[in-house]
Amino acid sequence: MVKNETSPDPKNRIWMFFASVKLTVALLLTLAVTSIIGTVIPQNESPAAYVNAYGENLYRIFSVLNFFDMYRSWWFQLLIIFLTINVVVCSLERLPKTWKIVSVKVPPFNADRFRDDNSKVDFQSQRSVQTLRQAFEPFICKKFNYCRVEETDKGVLLFGEKGRWTRLGAYIVHMSIIFLLVGALIGSIYGFEGFVNIPEGQTVNQIRLRNSNEIYPLDFDIRCDRFSVSFYETGTPKEYRSALTILEEEKPVLQKDIIVNDPLSYKGINIFQSSYGSLPSESLTLSISSREPQLGFNFVKETKIGEPVELPDGKGSVVIQDYTNSAQFGGRSIGEAFIGVLTPKEGEPVQVILPLRFPNFDRMRQGDFIIAVQDYEKKFYTGLQVAYDPGVPVVYLGFIVMILGCFITFFISHQRICIEVIRAGNSSRVMVAGTSNKNKLGMQQKIKRISEKLQGMSQVNSPTT
Amino acid sequence: MNSSGILSITTFVYATAAFLYIFAWVFKKDFPGKVATWVASVGLAGNISGFILRWIESYQMGIGRAPLSNLYESLVFFALTIALIYLVIEQKYRNRTMGAFAFPLAFLALAYASLSPNISDRIQPLVPALKSNWLIAHVVTCFIGYAAFAIAFGLSIMFILRQRAKTEGSILKRFPEPRVLDELTYQLIMLGFLFLSIGIITGAVWANSAWGRYWGWDPKETWSLITWFVYSTLIHARMMRGWHGKRIAWLSIVGFMAVMFTYFGVNLLPGLHSYGASG
Repeated sequence: MVKNETSPDPKNRIWMFFASVKLTVALLLTLAVTSIIGTVIPQNESPAAYVNAYGENLYRIFSVLNFFDMYRSWWFQLLIIFLTINVVVCSLERLPKTWKIVSVKVPPFNADRFRDDNSKVDFQSQRSVQTLRQAFEPFICKKFNYCRVEETDKGVLLFGEKGRWTRLGAYIVHMSIIFLLVGALIGSIYGFEGFVNIPEGQTVNQIRLRNSNEIYPLDFDIRCDRFSVSFYETGTPKEYRSALTILEEEKPVLQKDIIVNDPLSYKGINIFQSSYGSLPSESLTLSISSREPQLGFNFVKETKIGEPVELPDGKGSVVIQDYTNSAQFGGRSIGEAFIGVLTPKEGEPVQVILPLRFPNFDRMRQGDFIIAVQDYEKKFYTGLQVAYDPGVPVVYLGFIVMILGCFITFFISHQRICIEVIRAGNSSRVMVAGTSNKNKLGMQQKIKRISEKLQGMSQVNSPTT
Repeated sequence: MNSSGILSITTFVYATAAFLYIFAWVFKKDFPGKVATWVASVGLAGNISGFILRWIESYQMGIGRAPLSNLYESLVFFALTIALIYLVIEQKYRNRTMGAFAFPLAFLALAYASLSPNISDRIQPLVPALKSNWLIAHVVTCFIGYAAFAIAFGLSIMFILRQRAKTEGSILKRFPEPRVLDELTYQLIMLGFLFLSIGIITGAVWANSAWGRYWGWDPKETWSLITWFVYSTLIHARMMRGWHGKRIAWLSIVGFMAVMFTYFGVNLLPGLHSYGASG
């Protein structure tokens, strides 16, 4: 580096600070270590849950340090901004030098550097310098996309090289990171992410945003025509499917069944199958029977929530008051259930729980009457994730560039070869040496292979071409 | 015989190979080493056939999916890639002492899958979230990366031990030269880093098509990024600051710890990636 680190110019000093690879290493390690925090402390939960888990004091400290939403905290974002500046400055600092190397029209070769190489290969040949040159030149020019022959007073030098451009690999990777960050920035400014629950048959035109919990209006309507869930024989879910219709001014414009991994896309907004639930059903059929058979009744009655059902002979009444997705009994969840009140003619009213999973549940109450749900109207709502992210194409471009860049940086190298053929009386001496800017072991093996080939060509009885 | 049976037998074949590699190294014998290579190759063949058979079985059961969707299957595939990459390196570099450090890892992966009572080897149908064409690309690339890092980890330990070799006759002197170990470790880390990157990327694209977001700081995602940070530190330190030898070896060991936590440790944390957990 030409610039002096103790330069008095503050602008220059800031530049040099960000051009340092030490900073890169420090930032990468700091990001690695701090990122752990958010995987150990669950993110974005309620303050009550945190106080419960960590106690009042620790909660305050963590809260000040933004540990509960750390990936969006100012200090974490600052680290990312520093890394971004670091990547940009490092690249700009070094690119001119690399570009100078990459853009040369006539690659310079220093034969002495190859002659001094430790892993060079030497051999003798009975053939003349010119014969060998004619044999080697097409071979080297085919293997390396640049080649050149220089005559010296002792004999001839053959140079070949390829992959000079791959020195740009690291810059390609760095560019991909800029794409990713720009894409993420576009997404965070212009995008949104929310969710909405739609009961079957109903239409919505607004969603709730995930981060702010605000209502966000859509400029079209989404109708859920149908929701279905299917199960494997083992009882694990197989498929969640929502039949959706998009409406513009009450006219259907798009219809699609979405399942997990196959969203609907409309006007750049993607709608994903995310969850589901069952809705309080309005009407149900109750079966009511007496415990003692001699009392003798068993009847079936259709009813609605809030509508009392009279027991025969004025023995009292039952009213279903509520439907819940997860009823509790003895501290355990017993799933979906109707909850009602039985009011006998004599005695206190009692609560009855009618879980759908356990039809005989009410027998346990040991009451005079056994109430069960015989049938009910089943209705679902579908839970949709609604997301709009105009940064995605930029991010995807970054992904592709990153894969290409990594591949170039790691596995394609700038390889150079030098073959010197020197007159030694009637015969010739051949030296083969090569260098590579990466994978030096691989290059040594390649030089060994090439020299074996060349040696084969140098036999007197071998064809010259 | 079903795939689980073949894979159980393969576990013992791998154990034999690992034992022979260690034996050949410690007692400075060539013959057991050659046998180890053969046994390891037979084991790899068993591992591959178990993998393919499991795929076929899933079709026979009417489920029809690639065997890459739970902890058991991922461990089987992990062992397969470690064994495969190791055998390729052995062929190229002609030194079997590396087998004493690489092959036990393949054995441990498969032994954990086959012998742990907490891991079910039943072929279960895919839950809706996993039904995606990205599943194969994501899992395969991640595990090629993990396997490359695993072998790099083995070689890094060899490097550190090799440096301590004082006497000429030490069994540690049978290791490849430190220069070769160092370079090979780095080659593997570059391979691993490329595939880890592709693995994270395919995961991000998949997440975007399933949940509408390509990145959500879910613990598994975050840990894969932590791993990525550690290895990119290593790569920058080496490329730009000329780090070699011991420091690279230690970073490679730290990196592999991060890989292991990404793979197993995250299941202890809350998150969306619970498919990799036992069951």
